[in-house]
Amino acid sequence: MTGLPGYVALRRVPELVVIWGPLLLSAGHVVVFTLWTTWISFTPSTLLPEYGWVGLRNYQAILATQNWKIAFNNLLIYGSGFVLLSMALGMLLAVLLDQRIRGENVLRTIFLYPLAVSFVVTGTVWSWLLNPGLGVEKLVHDMGWSGFRFDWVVDRDMAIWTVVLAGAWQASGFAMALFLAGLRSIEPDLIKAAQIDGAGPWRMYLRVLLPTLWPIMIAVVAILLQFAIKTFDLVRALTGGGPGISTMLPSLVVYDFMFQRGQLGRGSAAAVLMLLTLLAVLAPYGVWKRWQRRQAARV
Amino acid sequence: MYNTGLTWRRCLVYLVLVVLAVVFMVPLAVVVLNSMRTVADISQTSMIGWPREWAPGNFAVAWSHYCIAQTCEGIRPYMWNSMAITLPATILSTLLGAVAGYAISLWRFRGDTWIFGLVTLGVFLPEQMKLIPWVLVLRDLGLINTLTGLVVIHVVQGMSFTTLFCRNYYVAIPLDLIKAARIDGAGFFRTFGRIVLPLSPPILIVTVIWQFTGIWNEFLYGVTFVTGTQQPVTAALISLSATVAEVPQYGVQSAAVLVAAAPTLLIYLFGGRWFVRGLTAGAVK
Repeated sequence: MTGLPGYVALRRVPELVVIWGPLLLSAGHVVVFTLWTTWISFTPSTLLPEYGWVGLRNYQAILATQNWKIAFNNLLIYGSGFVLLSMALGMLLAVLLDQRIRGENVLRTIFLYPLAVSFVVTGTVWSWLLNPGLGVEKLVHDMGWSGFRFDWVVDRDMAIWTVVLAGAWQASGFAMALFLAGLRSIEPDLIKAAQIDGAGPWRMYLRVLLPTLWPIMIAVVAILLQFAIKTFDLVRALTGGGPGISTMLPSLVVYDFMFQRGQLGRGSAAAVLMLLTLLAVLAPYGVWKRWQRRQAARV
Repeated sequence: MYNTGLTWRRCLVYLVLVVLAVVFMVPLAVVVLNSMRTVADISQTSMIGWPREWAPGNFAVAWSHYCIAQTCEGIRPYMWNSMAITLPATILSTLLGAVAGYAISLWRFRGDTWIFGLVTLGVFLPEQMKLIPWVLVLRDLGLINTLTGLVVIHVVQGMSFTTLFCRNYYVAIPLDLIKAARIDGAGFFRTFGRIVLPLSPPILIVTVIWQFTGIWNEFLYGVTFVTGTQQPVTAALISLSATVAEVPQYGVQSAAVLVAAAPTLLIYLFGGRWFVRGLTAGAVK
């Protein structure tokens, strides 16, 4: 295929507008908006953008706040807990569903439906279920077991784990679907060869099948991690960042500074820090992906 | 390794699967049951339980009378807002994404890989990086606090996803088909209409389902760029559970939550096959 010729005939104007207009708008807004917010993060903007220059002052201020420290610490707990739990549950479900199960379609539908529902809905429902006076704890008390305690959602030290639970409930179906697709695409010859070698079902999975899945596992980790970094609605609906500020996440800090405290400069600095965290996850993934593609091309 | 006989091992597999399936169903079951329970019933027992008396009126109250913030019109206006945002944004972003994906994969032009790279970066860019620029742009366009503004945002942002989906699908179309059409004198649009579009239904269905689900469920933009009765239903749900009443109306709130979740749940139930296809296609590439 040759590129477009250097001249533009009049009759080609509509197609150029249709191709380039939306494409430039879409690609352009990514670049311009990223630069714009980054710029604001270096300005003294408060309620309205002002285009002065304050250097790294907003970043220093944000990094020094208790909110950001707690939020980032929470992101580490939530990010690792959420990814590990979702992967483990997803893998368990995928391996179990791979056993020629009757009713596989129904079960798959059940494990995946949370993904179709908004985080606002799941967060709200989980906040009811986890509410000690209303949900699981109340139910167990009513059954006569009055010493039972399950009050993580109002416990400052444990509340972040309720976000892990609700998040994993929503995302493990996603991990399951990808792992299952991976298991189903393994060469039958590989399985046959292992069977001839006398591998039992346990060893078959551990030694033969799961090792072939690791590229998918890395992809799932990268996707779930970027998902964790962007989490906002779930926390908003589940705990609102509380009790106190114990379940703050970077995304909530950004919103808080931008629209509740009216400090656009600091909010933007927090947003840029969020983006950098995301890049720290995605850049190695991109490099690995490229390396893998090159390996594949060589073989 | 596939032993289909009824051994204790297979019983265990089924047992674990069924227990997990029940756990996964609990939140949905709780909402469905509570949407038909009375306030007294729920507050005397817990959120988890079978209705002792039925309260079929919950849905009517949730739909048109319940007070959210200062307005007492139920979630009906917010549902219409969500529809008015989601339908045009889904259709427009899918159409534009299909044309863009076609241009990038089959029509090729100088710099296309660069443009494509930037467009797909939009999939990863956090919404937080775009909030202030969007506020300023919408203000200058006079679209702040309007549904049209949200449609514009979702179309521009949605194109990242739709272009990615369509482009990844269209690269599998043989270039010879396109070349042949060009030799026959077919231009950009005619080639698209005659050759590419007839091959597109699978990817268009996937894209429409994903866009609809994503836009319907979106919350941050809905709560940032519009206020009051202009907000989509996700934002209304947050204000609804934050509304402090003398007696919390959990039955009515459950009904509201169920109604708000219904459109995407129904699409998932009837289009599950396409939903999963989009999931694996979008994620692995």
